[in-house]
Amino acid sequence: MPETKNLSYAESVNAALRRALAERPEALLFGEDVAAPGGVFGVTKGLRKEFGDRVFDTPISESAILGGAVGAAMFGRRPIAEIMWADFSLVALDQLVNQAANVRYVSRGSLSAPLTVRTQQGNAPGACAQHSQSLEAFFAHVPGLRVCLPATHQDAYDLLLSAIWCDDPVIVIENRTLYHAGKQQVRLGGDVQPVGGAAVRRPGRDVTVLTWGALQHRVLEAADRLAGDGIEAEVLDARWVRPLDLAAVLASVRRTGRLVVAHEAHTVGGVGGEVLAAVAEAGLPLRCPPVRIGAPDTRIPAAPGLAAAVIPSTEVIAEAITKSVRA
Amino acid sequence: MPETAALLAHLESMRRIRSFEEEVTRLRATGEVVGSVHLCNGQEAIYVGACAALDLSRDAVFPTYRGHGWTLACGAPPHALFAELLGRATGINGGRGGSAYLSAPEYGMYGENSIVGAGAPIAAGAALAATFDGSGRVALAAFGDGAMNQGAVHEAMNFAAVRALPVIFLVENNHYSELTPIADMVRVDRLFKRASAYGMPGARIDGNDPEAVRQAVAEAVRRARSGAGPVLLEAMTQRIVGHYIGDAQHYRPSGDLDAALAAEPIGRLGRDLLGLGVAQSELDELEARVAREIADASARALADPVADPTTVLEHLYA
Repeated sequence: MPETKNLSYAESVNAALRRALAERPEALLFGEDVAAPGGVFGVTKGLRKEFGDRVFDTPISESAILGGAVGAAMFGRRPIAEIMWADFSLVALDQLVNQAANVRYVSRGSLSAPLTVRTQQGNAPGACAQHSQSLEAFFAHVPGLRVCLPATHQDAYDLLLSAIWCDDPVIVIENRTLYHAGKQQVRLGGDVQPVGGAAVRRPGRDVTVLTWGALQHRVLEAADRLAGDGIEAEVLDARWVRPLDLAAVLASVRRTGRLVVAHEAHTVGGVGGEVLAAVAEAGLPLRCPPVRIGAPDTRIPAAPGLAAAVIPSTEVIAEAITKSVRA
Repeated sequence: MPETAALLAHLESMRRIRSFEEEVTRLRATGEVVGSVHLCNGQEAIYVGACAALDLSRDAVFPTYRGHGWTLACGAPPHALFAELLGRATGINGGRGGSAYLSAPEYGMYGENSIVGAGAPIAAGAALAATFDGSGRVALAAFGDGAMNQGAVHEAMNFAAVRALPVIFLVENNHYSELTPIADMVRVDRLFKRASAYGMPGARIDGNDPEAVRQAVAEAVRRARSGAGPVLLEAMTQRIVGHYIGDAQHYRPSGDLDAALAAEPIGRLGRDLLGLGVAQSELDELEARVAREIADASARALADPVADPTTVLEHLYA
């Protein structure tokens, strides 16, 4: 029976993991410092005690973690592997891109790797260049993988469960700036949702703003601010960048005639460009050129003041939306 | 001393692999097989010996490159392999795997890898699953000497040792990591010594003697099934062909190939069997029987329809 609890984003992830471990005896949870320490962000607290050896710590060996997940998944387990920071996944990208994503295809479905990778990304004040990147486009580029970025407490719970229940390899990219940013009412229990599907976070008639991940909160702030100026932005949370809910984007853009895509990742080669291309290919009549907002083509600096100049701010987003509507 | 019948079975299995590779060489020359193909001629004793020690109804083999021999030794039909290499719809992976990325899980072969050493952590994962599912499964990760310098292999060995996973790490040491002598790439004279760095046993074995391989792998399997954890075996062998079809092997010093040919396992076991009193005619019959089987499998595969391009998008997601 569904129940509602007041939880932080981190506690929502924890609740999803607890439910998965309880309902799926084949589920395993492992990664660096996830068991006895409870995770460096406290996300996996208490799970080792409750589920014993199905929750375990690994060496600092991303290839072993992800390759181990591929092998265990091929043999009926439901591994949930934590990669502490998304940047660290690059150490073992082979196991995701060359291995996990290929297993089902090349074996014509006689093998599969239903694993879930939990990681977190994004910039937070003081984080260095190797702990700040937004890498969803890397993963979204790979056929065979599925990628989601929960931006709300409820989605932190729901999307993770969808990922674990999914029979394909899924990467869940959380955001550490959200982990302990406050509590919200989260509905626990209930049906596990299928993979995919965008969500309208704020309805509006003037412009569609597609976003995902932590940047969504700045987008909503900008949209609220602009409402005072008579601009009603529709904020659409992609939630999944693969599969991307293009139908939802097109339906919204058909109504508004304008599109702004806002993400924290670099614009060059990013998912935003892919969305703009798809909208262009669909031949929708736009009232103004579509816009991408993202980090400029540079590395991410450590100093908070410098980083702030790179990550799109509420002001930058508001300005881009305004320009788009007034164009 | 093993029974002559067992040795004859090893010989037949090795001869099947050799004949398969010889036919692939012919099909590559005629252009029927395209692309990069890595043959395993000379290394057959490792596959045949190891597979004889495994219970392939539950155990799992994860080879790296030169996978035709592993796949055949696991029991996959030559016809389905030829068809795979020829891009036929009847291929064991429907033309999606090809020479360097074969899989045949129904025969215990869970995926060759064409990323050197990448199968080692996956094998560890298969073994990890076994520690939870009570299957008693042992996973065997096979890779060349060159893979011993891959990070993924070291991560897998440490992970497996730490968790006492039922994995056998089997190095096919043919002395060349692709085109470069392994001796130029490591400063230890025996690769199995690295096992001690991870707290697991290691041993060097005669990789040109299928019975020696069978015994060593059988002992490792027994140990792994008992919960005592992984083992690293270094099977010494030689390639009697290039790294890939078309490799002229200019890098091999004079005499190197001749020595390899003199020691290769099929001729060696044939000579041993003659010494045990088996008649030459019996060996000739065995060879002719296997040759017919391979020729027939190849001809049938060539006559099969090519894989249907309209199915190319299938099987990407569940």
